[in-house]
Amino acid sequence: MAAPAFNNALVRWIDHRLPVFSFMHHELHEYPTPKNLSYWWNFGSLAGIVLVLMILTGVFLAMHYTPHTAFAFESVERIMRDVNYGWLVRYMHMNGGSAFFIIIYIHIFRGLYYGSYKAPRELLWILGVVILLLMMATAFMGYVLPWGQMSFWGATVITNLFSAIPLIGDSVVTWLWGGFSVDNPTLNRFFALHYLLPFAIVGAVVLHLVALHRFGSSNPLGIDVKGPQDSIPFHPYYTAKDAFGLGIFLILFAGVVFFAPNLFGEPDNYIPANPLVTPPHIVPEWYFLPYYAILRAIPDKLLGVIAMFGSILVLFIVPWLDTARVRSAKFRPTFRKFFWVLVVDCFVLGYVGANPPEGWFVIVGQVATFYYFFHFLILLPVLGLIERPLPLPQSISAPVLKPAEGKA
Amino acid sequence: MRRLISAALLLLAFGTAAEAAESTKPPAQHWSFSGMFGTFDRAAQQRGFQVYKEVCAACHAVNLLSYRHLRGIGYQEDDVKAIAAQAKVMDGPNDAGEMFERAGRPSDKFARPFPNENAARSANNGAYPVDLSLVVKARVGGANYIYALLTGYGTAPADVKIADGMSYNAYFPGRQIAMPPPLNADGVTYQDATKATIEQQARDVTTFLAWAAEPELEARKQMGLKVLLFLIVLTGILYAAKRKVWAGIH
Repeated sequence: MAAPAFNNALVRWIDHRLPVFSFMHHELHEYPTPKNLSYWWNFGSLAGIVLVLMILTGVFLAMHYTPHTAFAFESVERIMRDVNYGWLVRYMHMNGGSAFFIIIYIHIFRGLYYGSYKAPRELLWILGVVILLLMMATAFMGYVLPWGQMSFWGATVITNLFSAIPLIGDSVVTWLWGGFSVDNPTLNRFFALHYLLPFAIVGAVVLHLVALHRFGSSNPLGIDVKGPQDSIPFHPYYTAKDAFGLGIFLILFAGVVFFAPNLFGEPDNYIPANPLVTPPHIVPEWYFLPYYAILRAIPDKLLGVIAMFGSILVLFIVPWLDTARVRSAKFRPTFRKFFWVLVVDCFVLGYVGANPPEGWFVIVGQVATFYYFFHFLILLPVLGLIERPLPLPQSISAPVLKPAEGKA
Repeated sequence: MRRLISAALLLLAFGTAAEAAESTKPPAQHWSFSGMFGTFDRAAQQRGFQVYKEVCAACHAVNLLSYRHLRGIGYQEDDVKAIAAQAKVMDGPNDAGEMFERAGRPSDKFARPFPNENAARSANNGAYPVDLSLVVKARVGGANYIYALLTGYGTAPADVKIADGMSYNAYFPGRQIAMPPPLNADGVTYQDATKATIEQQARDVTTFLAWAAEPELEARKQMGLKVLLFLIVLTGILYAAKRKVWAGIH
């Protein structure tokens, strides 16, 4: 990269010794980006901003929080009542978690629709799945910290899943708990890890960006950038577009934080944890409901746990399961239909996960679970081989309609 | 613990929807504090505090409230001092190493009716009167549920058998509640001469408890309106900027 000529002498002096300004200029300013990115491409930068928001609010919450079973619940309420604007910081953090998952899920489905995971972006995709896994672990442990009824019983149920491991299962669970039940040592370590893992996420995000900037963003047409006429510099074009998207997000986010802060929460978590009283209906946070449905769809505990983790792990091999050579669903009419079936399927799983596993919920949950794996393991490879994609445009700047118009 | 966990997993497996379906859904009420512009009705909050103090406080604590918080429902500093002074608070140890009782101060937490859960249970037929600080937030249905519960006592249908010391309440999960009907018409005498019907008391004490659960509600909604207004203008400007930047790109 050729160092740009900076006007400021101090900047030049620093950049000569520590080329941070050249780096930023190269990666943010001139970084060539396809000119046809839609608003679906906003969610990556949005996720990054929410990650920063979560870390900042989280650091301030940690200054007032007490990770002890006897004080955790009240310390959270102290933040809500006596810490200046503590309610604001806590509600931003609490709803920020939900916002993060909404954004990430849209980001993932965007990748699935436009085939963003295909060569040469397989590692970019895999790093994204790693980020999802880290987020899930972080969110799960964060939900335990307020030490309400759902915190405690959620932690009990989820950690107990590990007891399904043959032979060493029970020992693993005891090891995870740091004792013989979910108790103070569990809360302590969850707090430590909840503070640690976000920085691991930051690390994974940096790698995700390095991988992204190697080949640049994919785009709605799914064809490669053929030359300078197909791309525009990231700044000011996409900084302006992302800023507008951020504004829309903040309006929605503020609407929830200020006017319906407990929209995504469970009332039961405002009851202090009580190991002697089981809530009538234990449910995880909404963003875990589809996995929870998969877990419960399978009558065998070990197989259920395997299926639940498998539902994420299968994402790692999606770049190789999808045999289609065309990236974007725009040119794959059959795949496009099945994509939307998958989206509906995930909502059905979420709905089933929110309800007790009885009556027709059991059957629907099993069918939806089957379809989830069917989509990835059977449909993706087969469809790629038999589907005839629509003709691709010549380049990003020469849209599909051009040749047809030329003929007319 | 093992048994507890298997019980939890069992519950998980079979659910308890049957039990939940046994109670009636509380009808929606109109509350001054709902909606984007909602604020607490100060007079109702103060009446509700009176109901809490004279009725509920016999069994239920509000552990998260201190007397100083009463400034938030319109009491002046001297009123708060006077209210706090009515309570007896155990303090100490003093220089002689002994615990002593003194009059309450605004910085004290609300006095509790029972020193611990065992004492509370033994005085209440084995049932534990829950802490009411967060009860409006901690129940499905929130304020509507609390109001419905307080006004929902009645005689049990012929086919329902009510256990000893229990009362029939259509809104309580399982429809049997250990708390006897807490409110009586004219059970309190309001200082502002409002007629103290059961519905009125229930409405007032629910308003008080809604505030106890979310004392930040008014500040939150007021700030929210300003923040939304700002963000809408900002986003409008950002959209215009985006249009201008992109004007030459096709």
